[in-house]
Amino acid sequence: MRQAVARELRSDEMIINMGPQHPSTHGVLRLELKADGEIVEEAIPHIGYLHRDFEKHAEKLPYPQIIPYTDRMDYIAAMNNELGFCLAVEALFERGGKPIEIPEKGQYIRVIVAELNRIASHLLAFGTYGMDIGAFTPFLYAFRDREQVLGLFEEVSGARLLYNYIRIGGVARDLTPDFHHKTRRFLDYFEPQIDTYNDLLSKNKVFLERTRGVAVMSAEQAISYGWTGPNLRGSGVKWDLRKDEPYGIYDRFEFDVPVGETGDCWDRYFVRMEEFRQSVRIVRQALHQMESSGLLQSDEIMGKVRGTIRPPAGVVYSRTEAPRGDLGFYIVCDGTEYPQRLKVRSPCFTALSAMQELSRGLMVADMIAIIGSIDIVMGEVDR
Amino acid sequence: MTEPEIRDRLVAQCSQGAILPEGDDALSATPVEIRVHASYLAEVARVCRGDSELHFDSLMCLSALDRGDALSVVYHLHSMSLRHRAALRVDLPRANPVVETVCGVWRTAEWHEREAYDMLGVRFEGHPDLRRILLPNDWVGYPLRKDYETPTFYRGMKVPY
Amino acid sequence: MRILQDQFDKNVLVTTVDAVVNWARLSSLWPMTFGLACCAIEFMATAASHNDLDRFGAGVPRATPRQSDLIIVSGTVTLKMATRVKRLYEQMAEPKYVISMGSCATSGGPYWQHGYSVLKGVDRVIPVDVYVPGCPPRPEAVIEGLLKLQDKIRATTLAKKS
Repeated sequence: MRQAVARELRSDEMIINMGPQHPSTHGVLRLELKADGEIVEEAIPHIGYLHRDFEKHAEKLPYPQIIPYTDRMDYIAAMNNELGFCLAVEALFERGGKPIEIPEKGQYIRVIVAELNRIASHLLAFGTYGMDIGAFTPFLYAFRDREQVLGLFEEVSGARLLYNYIRIGGVARDLTPDFHHKTRRFLDYFEPQIDTYNDLLSKNKVFLERTRGVAVMSAEQAISYGWTGPNLRGSGVKWDLRKDEPYGIYDRFEFDVPVGETGDCWDRYFVRMEEFRQSVRIVRQALHQMESSGLLQSDEIMGKVRGTIRPPAGVVYSRTEAPRGDLGFYIVCDGTEYPQRLKVRSPCFTALSAMQELSRGLMVADMIAIIGSIDIVMGEVDR
Repeated sequence: MTEPEIRDRLVAQCSQGAILPEGDDALSATPVEIRVHASYLAEVARVCRGDSELHFDSLMCLSALDRGDALSVVYHLHSMSLRHRAALRVDLPRANPVVETVCGVWRTAEWHEREAYDMLGVRFEGHPDLRRILLPNDWVGYPLRKDYETPTFYRGMKVPY
Repeated sequence: MRILQDQFDKNVLVTTVDAVVNWARLSSLWPMTFGLACCAIEFMATAASHNDLDRFGAGVPRATPRQSDLIIVSGTVTLKMATRVKRLYEQMAEPKYVISMGSCATSGGPYWQHGYSVLKGVDRVIPVDVYVPGCPPRPEAVIEGLLKLQDKIRATTLAKKS
C-alpha cells in the first residue's frame, strides 16, 4: 500500500529545509531533505547549533568544576552524565594505584538517583514522541509523573533539572529522612501507570501505523554505526553495560534487559517502555538492601577525597549505560588539577549519524517518527 | 584475549613496521594504547575488524588530541562477540596531520572523523564528506588545539563576554 | 474581567482604547516553539499541566513565527544559531515580544568565560523585553517573567510618545 502510494506521488526533486527551529521537540537539529514529492531520497542532518564547547571548558577547569557542565550535555538525564564522569575520574585514581573508597550508602544513592533519572528521561522520550506523532495527551501524563520524580530530586539535591549532585568520591548531600517513603510511594503509584501508557500510546492503532515497519535497522548495521542503548536493543542485540560490564554496585541487582525483534521505530520505543519496569525493580531492590543493612541510618556518603583533585597521571576510557546509550569519557590526565584532554563519546551523536541511511525511501512525516524513536538530545550531540 | 595477546596478534597479522614499540612518553593507559604507524592505520583497522580472533566490530570512540609536539588520534575498539577491547593510537606531525580514514571499516567513523577535523584539523584521506560538523562552515581555526585564540568578532557579533 | 468589576454603575461602561487593546494583547500571548537547550525542558514543564501556562493565555505554542506574538529564547544561543534567531525574530509580526529565559540567553550563562562559539546573550542580536535568570529557571520563575511582560504590555500606549 505504501509503495503504491509512493509511486503515484513522484514528481521533481526539491530540497526542503527542516529546522533548526521546527515543531518536533527534540532540539535544534536541521535536516536537509532531498525530497521527490513526498518521498525522501536523502535526509542529511546538520548539527552544531548547540555546540557549547564542553571539551574546551573541561581543559580549563578543575575536575570538580566540570561536573555542572557534564549535567548540561544530556540535560534530561543529568545524573547519568555526572555518574559517568565521576566514575571515569575515579578510574584514573584506581589506575594510578590510589583508589578512592566510596562508602556503601554513596554507592546506593548513586544507583537510586541514576535509575530514577532513567525513568524521568524515558518519560520525556515517551511524552515527546507521542506529541510529535500527534498525540498530545501522553505528553501531559508523562509530565505529570515527571514532576513527581523531579520533586524527589529537588529534595535530594536542591535542583529540578541540573543537579551537580554526584561528586568525585560519592554524592554531595545525604538523603532526607523520609526520602525512601516518598520514593516507595512514587514507585507504587508509577508501576500501574506503565500499563496506562501502553494502553494510551503503545497499542494505539494510529501510533502503530506510523511506527511499525518504519526505519528498520539490522543488528549488524547498528553495531557498525556505533548504536548502543535502547536503539541497539530495539534491533535485537542484548547488550546492556549494567549487565555486561557492570560498574558501581549494579551487579547486586536483578533485572532483565528488554530486547526488540525487528529494529523498527516501534521496537526502539517499546524497549524504553519496558525499561521503566526494570528501573523500578532496581530502585526497589536498592531501597530494600539499604534498609536491611541499616544504611539509612548512616551518613557516610563521600569517600576520602582532597579538596583539590589531582588524579595520578594516566589515560582512561570509561563508559556507563546512560538512558540513550553508552556514554564514554576519555580522559588524558597529566597529573595536574586540569585534564589535558577530555573527550565525550556521546550516544546520541552516533545514533544520529545513521539518519542518512535510515531515511532513504521514507516519507517526510516519517522523519519525525525516526528522530523520536532514536531519542536524541541536541545538547549531547553537539556538546 | 588479554591486552598483550591482542598486541601480539596484531603484530603477527599486520605488515612489518605497522605496530610500533611502546614509547617512553606513553602515559599509563586503560586500555593500553597500541601505537600504530600512520601509513598502516587502514590495514590495521581492517585486520582488527576482519580477523576471527580479534573481531573488533564496534568502534567505541575516535578521539583526536593535541599533545603539544604532535597531534594524536586514538581509536577505542570493542568486540561485541568476544567481549574484549583495545585502543590504537596514531601520532601525526603538527604541520601536516593526515591519516587514512576508517570509514570503510566502521560506519560510525564518518561523523567522528568529521568532528576530529573540525576541532583539531586532522585530515582523513578517503573520507566521503570531510567538512565541518559542529562549527559553522566559515569558521576559521581549530578550537581544541592548545594554541587556539578565540576570535573577537564572528559575522558582526562580538564573541567574548 | 478584573479591570472593569465594581467600578461603574450598572448601565455605564467606560474604558480607554489603550486598556482594552493592552488587555487583549497580554491575555493571548502566543509563544513560538523555540526551545534551544535545557531551558526548553523547563519551558515544556511550565506549559504542561502541573504549572499551566494556558491559564495566562499563553498555552498555544505556534510553530511558525508568522503566527506568534512571543519568542521565549530558552537555552544557549550559539553563534551558528544566532543568525537564525535574528531571521525568525524578523519574520514575526508586530507587536512582538521577547523573553530571554535562563542565564545562557541572558548573558552566556556558564559558558561566558571559555565558550568560543557561544553568543553571550541573545540581546546582542535581538531586543529583549524581559530577562528571566536561572539555570534553568523554575517554572514559577518563567511564569513570573510572563507576568512581568504582561505588566509591561499593560503600561504601553497606542499614542505617539512625545
